[in-house]
Amino acid sequence: MHPKIVELSKQNQKKQIPNVQVGDTVKVTVRIKEGTKERSQNYEGTVIKIKGTGISKTFTVRKVFQGVGVERVFLLNSPKIEKVEVLRSGKVRRAKLYYLRERTGKSTKLKERMLSSQSTSEMPKEEVPEEGKLVEVK
Amino acid sequence: MTKPLRMRPIVLAKKLGMTQYFNQDGDAIPVTVMELAENIVTEIKNDLKHGYASVQLGANIKKEKHLNKPKLGNLKKKNLPNLGYLKEFRIKPEESEKYKVGEPLDPSSILVPQEYVDISGISIGKGFQGMVKLYQKKRGPKSHGSKSYRQPGSIGAHTYPGRVLPGKKMPSRMGNERVTARNLRVVEFDKEKNILLVRGAVPGVEGTLVEIKPSIKKWNP
Repeated sequence: MHPKIVELSKQNQKKQIPNVQVGDTVKVTVRIKEGTKERSQNYEGTVIKIKGTGISKTFTVRKVFQGVGVERVFLLNSPKIEKVEVLRSGKVRRAKLYYLRERTGKSTKLKERMLSSQSTSEMPKEEVPEEGKLVEVK
Repeated sequence: MTKPLRMRPIVLAKKLGMTQYFNQDGDAIPVTVMELAENIVTEIKNDLKHGYASVQLGANIKKEKHLNKPKLGNLKKKNLPNLGYLKEFRIKPEESEKYKVGEPLDPSSILVPQEYVDISGISIGKGFQGMVKLYQKKRGPKSHGSKSYRQPGSIGAHTYPGRVLPGKKMPSRMGNERVTARNLRVVEFDKEKNILLVRGAVPGVEGTLVEIKPSIKKWNP
């Protein structure tokens, strides 16, 4: 891809992209326009696929609604997506969870990922003082 | 009766590639990104000397060794850079004062956001192709022992006329020809960065020079 396109699409991208991973149970808040009014709607389900790179990166959320499987594709960088909340992260061994489509009931449940591995990534970073500056030691 | 000639100015640009763009409503729209070429006016033709009025544009500055001597001589005489590509468009005789040799063309009159443009270029070559891809012919039957997979079928009658009629469509080279994509909407034009965004696809490979004109059907200046 041409570097000018990369630069252009970076301007269009969100500063903070929600950290979504395959197997996560997420709640996506989407803005919906009805005539002149705007409201937000929640959509909850399991992430079964993450596809694409850069500005065209998408994720697919699957849920079973009234006995019918529903899959919705969201653009990660879309301004229509207000918020993505990760409710639970599942332990998966595949990049695409298409096997969930053939399963119903209890077998669609994913084992929860150990929280200890997550908590390390959420640890606040240590502040590195600038050179020549005096910093109080905690 | 011939229709009066529609005089449309041309801007030359380089196709960089495609990407996505979020508009104000938050919808993702497919856009082609183009970089405007130099668009230096190289010659202004007039009724008296040439028989018609037109403006010649130049783009694609090259090294001196990559141009032949007749082209170089023509450009050197007018003190112009080594332009590799020249393109002419007709104007009304009274408009010739707007242009000046050696100065870049102002594209802002053509590249107005939300207006439509026509873009021409040389399409991507697809090589030698059969009837199915080239002319959207149907394939033969799949059952009853049929061996007709993607064949062209009959190409004419028997003893009379005893020959294949001229112009019969047959498998041949596809693509690599001049194509015009009409009614493409200008999404954005950044004058500082020299970048143009147009909704939809534009003919040609990335890096090719394309011509941009106001749309013939949807532009009423």
